[in-house]
Amino acid sequence: MKRSKVVLGFPPERVEEPVIYNLITLYGLRVNILRASIDPGKKGRMVVEISGEDHPLAEGFNYLERIGVDVGTLAGEIKHGEEKCVSCTACVPHCPTGALSVDRETWLVSFSAEKCVVCRSCVDVCPYGAMEVG
Amino acid sequence: MGKTIEEINAKIRSGSVVVVTAEEITEVVKKKGVKKAAQEVDVVTTGTFSPMCSSGAFLNLKQQKEKMKFGGGVVTLNGVPAYAGMAAADVYIGATALPESDPRNANGGPGRFRYGGAHVIEALIRGEKVNLKASGHGTDCYPMKNREQSVGLEDMNDAFLFNPRNGYQNYNVAVNLSEKPIHTYLGTLKPGLGNANYCSAGGLSPLLNDPGYRTVGIGTRVFLGGAQGYVTWPGTQHNPNAPRSDNGTPRRPAGTLALIGDMKEMDSRWLRAVSFAGYGVSLSLALGVPIPILDEDMVRSVSVTDDQITAPVVDYSRYYPYGEGEPVVAEVTYAELRSGTIRIQGKDVPTGAFSSYARAREVAEHLKTCILEGQFTLTRAQAPLPGAFAGEEVRS
Repeated sequence: MKRSKVVLGFPPERVEEPVIYNLITLYGLRVNILRASIDPGKKGRMVVEISGEDHPLAEGFNYLERIGVDVGTLAGEIKHGEEKCVSCTACVPHCPTGALSVDRETWLVSFSAEKCVVCRSCVDVCPYGAMEVG
Repeated sequence: MGKTIEEINAKIRSGSVVVVTAEEITEVVKKKGVKKAAQEVDVVTTGTFSPMCSSGAFLNLKQQKEKMKFGGGVVTLNGVPAYAGMAAADVYIGATALPESDPRNANGGPGRFRYGGAHVIEALIRGEKVNLKASGHGTDCYPMKNREQSVGLEDMNDAFLFNPRNGYQNYNVAVNLSEKPIHTYLGTLKPGLGNANYCSAGGLSPLLNDPGYRTVGIGTRVFLGGAQGYVTWPGTQHNPNAPRSDNGTPRRPAGTLALIGDMKEMDSRWLRAVSFAGYGVSLSLALGVPIPILDEDMVRSVSVTDDQITAPVVDYSRYYPYGEGEPVVAEVTYAELRSGTIRIQGKDVPTGAFSSYARAREVAEHLKTCILEGQFTLTRAQAPLPGAFAGEEVRS
């Protein structure tokens, strides 16, 4: 079971649809609504914690993406998942502050939270899903 | 005086074999010279850990009491389509396959490509079950028309990776000369030479250590995803005729390997599904190839280092997709790439890799241990890969 805390941005035309109901019933996900701001005819915003197994989670996020609901990560600290990271170094040239760097002896990638400005560039370019916003 | 593969295997069995990695052999040669290294060292291990899109798995599902023919029908595993154009119970799931539900690059892209064939393969190897959904036309001998079942490797008679192209001998370094960011199979490339992405283990990479395919051929036993697998054929797009440096290594993408390995023996440590934003899903694989040190020529081949291997820098905004502009922007060595910055058109361009050098080292070390412990013996290639040695019998 994985948990993902995300911000959902609803386009006005989707605000009146039972999107959360669909996430629960069609994809078997657990959805905990933490904050919501929904008004008919306007853009909506919801902070939710979604939990489920890898595959249903991916299906649920694909569903949201397909219907035009923006899935954003919460502002917060970037976390380097060392168990997922294989030290390929793909993230290194994308990090503007040098928070992600590679030791050219061991070739291991390391992350310095102090240098990180949470620009999220690494989150988008890591193919292993090792960089997450916590 | 040379050694034979049979003599090396006898040493492996008796526990007297000398094995070093492709990094370590450079030090041995520096200290002792080529002649002594050829006498003392029996095997050099290579390794790479990198996305290899041309990968996939043949799965043969156990029948239930009432049998079903998948062949000619439609099969999905966790929603990811598998190819079922074969006999009753065989399917093939490709690493890059995507479920219909994935929006891909619609909605303005870049898509996230969260789940695909590689994820199904990784889940099975991790020992997880996936949801099989199959529909077929039903026959007198295979009456069942629909089957939905949670299946794991234990529900399959056979499950093996059969990868038509792995282990590329050298690869392009991707840059973006345009004004817009682009999303490629070599990652996200920032505009105006914002970064340069490469994908080879260089001096540790299997085929760069046997550049003329003298010992690596059809039937060579390899380490693949944690299992002992085999080279089954030259990989698709295998091209021995790429321009080469004086040391024999190609300056462009050249040789490739078609590989097989048993998924039931694999370990998820050595295999990972990956999602490239805007591009798709792929499978990262550990591949290790042992190179027998038959004579001094083999020592020279495996002593090649990053500063002696050259890769082409290619523009992925115009040249790669449309064939417009210069085919090769520049040539750089792997030593330059690994320094973190390369100089192109007067600009310092930061580099990133998709091939993990840290993991490549682990693969070479692991294979070394397996050989030293007698768990991995060498095979003599049964037929050569197309190349300089194809016209003659493989020497050993």
